[in-house]
Amino acid sequence: MIHPIPPGTRDILPDEMRELRELERKLLEAFTGFGYGEVGTPTIEYDEVLARGDGRTAGSAYRFFDERGDLLALRSDMTIPIARLVAGRYGGTEPPFRLCYISRAYRAVRPQRGQMREFTQAGVELIGPQAPEGTAEVVEVLQAALDAVGLGRAVIGLGDADLYRQALAELGIEGDARDSLLEKLAKHDLVGLQEELELAEGIGDEQRATLVSLSQLRGGSEVLEQARSIGGAAVERAIARLQGTFDELQRRGAAERVQIDLGLLRDLGYYSGAILEIYDPAVGHVIGGGGRYDQLLSRFGRDLPAAGFSLYLERVHVAQAEEERVDKGQTGEGA
Amino acid sequence: MTPTSVAGATTARADGPLKLAVPRGTLFDSTLAVLDRAGLDTDGLRSDSRSMIFDGSGVTLVTMRPSDVPTYVEAGAADLGITGKDVLLEQSDRVVYELLDLGYGECRMVLAGREGDERLGEAERRLGTMRIATKYPRIAERYFEQTGRQVEVIEVKGSVELAPLIGLADGIVDLVATGRTLAENQLEVREEIARCTARLVANRVAHKLLAVEVDDLTARLRTAAER
Repeated sequence: MIHPIPPGTRDILPDEMRELRELERKLLEAFTGFGYGEVGTPTIEYDEVLARGDGRTAGSAYRFFDERGDLLALRSDMTIPIARLVAGRYGGTEPPFRLCYISRAYRAVRPQRGQMREFTQAGVELIGPQAPEGTAEVVEVLQAALDAVGLGRAVIGLGDADLYRQALAELGIEGDARDSLLEKLAKHDLVGLQEELELAEGIGDEQRATLVSLSQLRGGSEVLEQARSIGGAAVERAIARLQGTFDELQRRGAAERVQIDLGLLRDLGYYSGAILEIYDPAVGHVIGGGGRYDQLLSRFGRDLPAAGFSLYLERVHVAQAEEERVDKGQTGEGA
Repeated sequence: MTPTSVAGATTARADGPLKLAVPRGTLFDSTLAVLDRAGLDTDGLRSDSRSMIFDGSGVTLVTMRPSDVPTYVEAGAADLGITGKDVLLEQSDRVVYELLDLGYGECRMVLAGREGDERLGEAERRLGTMRIATKYPRIAERYFEQTGRQVEVIEVKGSVELAPLIGLADGIVDLVATGRTLAENQLEVREEIARCTARLVANRVAHKLLAVEVDDLTARLRTAAER
C-alpha cells in the first residue's frame, strides 16, 4: 500500500543521496576554503521575524500555530534567518562575518524537474564588507564552488537591483505604475512592458525605447559601454556600480565567467545594488542566485552591508548529470 | 529535400543550433510565412512528413501543439517558441520571456451569451453566480475575479458553444476570430477580455547564454513580421 507524501516533497533513496552528499561535501569544502564557517538555523521561525526581512515576498508556503498559539513558518530561504542570527548572536563582535550553510528551505512553487517545494540551498553570506570588494569576494567563492562540482561551463549573471527603480523614478513614475512595470521587467514580458509604457504618462517614444533596449543588454564589459551611450543619471549610477564590481572581479581574476546583464531583476524584495543569477548551458532553469542586501541587516537592528549567494542543490545535481552526458557526447539516441 | 531528424535534437540542451518551437494548428501557415521571410528553410515543415523535427537552415524547427509550446520553452527543451497570447495567458505561471508580438493570428478572448437572452445577467442577479463553460478556466476565473463577479467555471475540452445551447452553462469564455461560429450557434459577444496575437517566447537561460543567436533571430522575426 502506498501512503502519499505532500506535493512538492520527495523521498531520497541511497543512490541519489550518495551523490547529493558528495555534492554537499565538495561545496562545503569550497566555502570553508575561503574561511566561511558553516551555521545552522531552525527550520521553523516566527512568521513575524521572517516577514521583518521581506514583508512582500517572504510569505511562507507553510504556516501553522504552535501549542501557545504563536504563528510559525517554514523558512523560504537562509538569508533572512542568517541576518537575524548575525544581528542577535554576534552583537558585540566586529565584522566581517563569513558564514555558509547547506539547508532545506520551503516555497510554494509548482513542482517540476529540479524544483520542489522542499529543496536544499547551499550558499554563503558575507556580512560587513562593502561593494565592490564584498560582492567580488562572493563571486570568487561562487566560481570556486561551481568548479568544485564540475560545472565549468556555468555562467554568473551580474546585474543591478536598483537600476530600474531609479530609472523609473527619474522619469517620474512611482507607486503602483512603477511596481507594475517592474513586475513586467522581472518577468521579461517585453510586449506587456511596451504596452504599459505607452499608457504611462510623461514617457516619450525615445525613453520607452531606451527602457526596453536597456533590458536586452547582456554580455561582456562592452555592455557597459553600450549602456553608457543610452545615458540618464540612474543608468550612469548603475553602470558605475557594475563597472566597479567588474573591475574588482578582473583584479581578482574572477571575471571570466561573469555576464553583465542589465535585464536582471530578482523577485526577492531585500536586494539592493549588485544581483547575481547562475545558469548552466545544460539545463533550462536558473541554478542559483544572490546579490547584495545592504539594508536587510538594519531591519534586525544591526546596520551592516552584506552580500551572498545560494545554489539550489537539486538543480546543481541535475546540471551535473546533464554535463556528464554532454561530456560523454551522448545524444538522446544513446550514442 | 527530404526532411530528416536532426541529430542531437532530442537531448535537453546540447550545443548546436537554436531550437524553435513552431505551433501546429491555426497559427501554422502564418508562422511558416514569417519564418520564410526571416530566411529560414520551411520546406521540411511544408512536406507531409510525419517527423516533428526539421532543419530550418541554422535553426532546428520543432512542431507541436500551441498549448505545449510554453512547456517545452520553460524547460529549455526548446530555446524559443511561437504561440498565441491566449495560451500564454492561460499558462501564466510558466516562466518564459515574451520577446515579441508577431501581430498575426489576431483574435479576441470574449464572454459570450445566447442572442437576445438575459440568462447571464439573470443568473448573476438572482442566483448570485453565473455558470461559464470554457476551455480557458484560468483566464475565465481571473477575469471574473478581477471584475468582482462570482462564477462557476466549467471546463470543457470540445466545442464550447454547445454548453449554453443545451443548458450546461449560462455563457462561455472563448477565443473568437471572425465570430462566425458564435453567430451560427446563436451566440453573441457580451464582453471582450483580451486581444490575442502570436508571440515569440524564449527560455530564460537560453536568452542569457545564447544572447547573440537569440537576439539575431528575434530581430529577423521582428522585421519579417512587420512586412
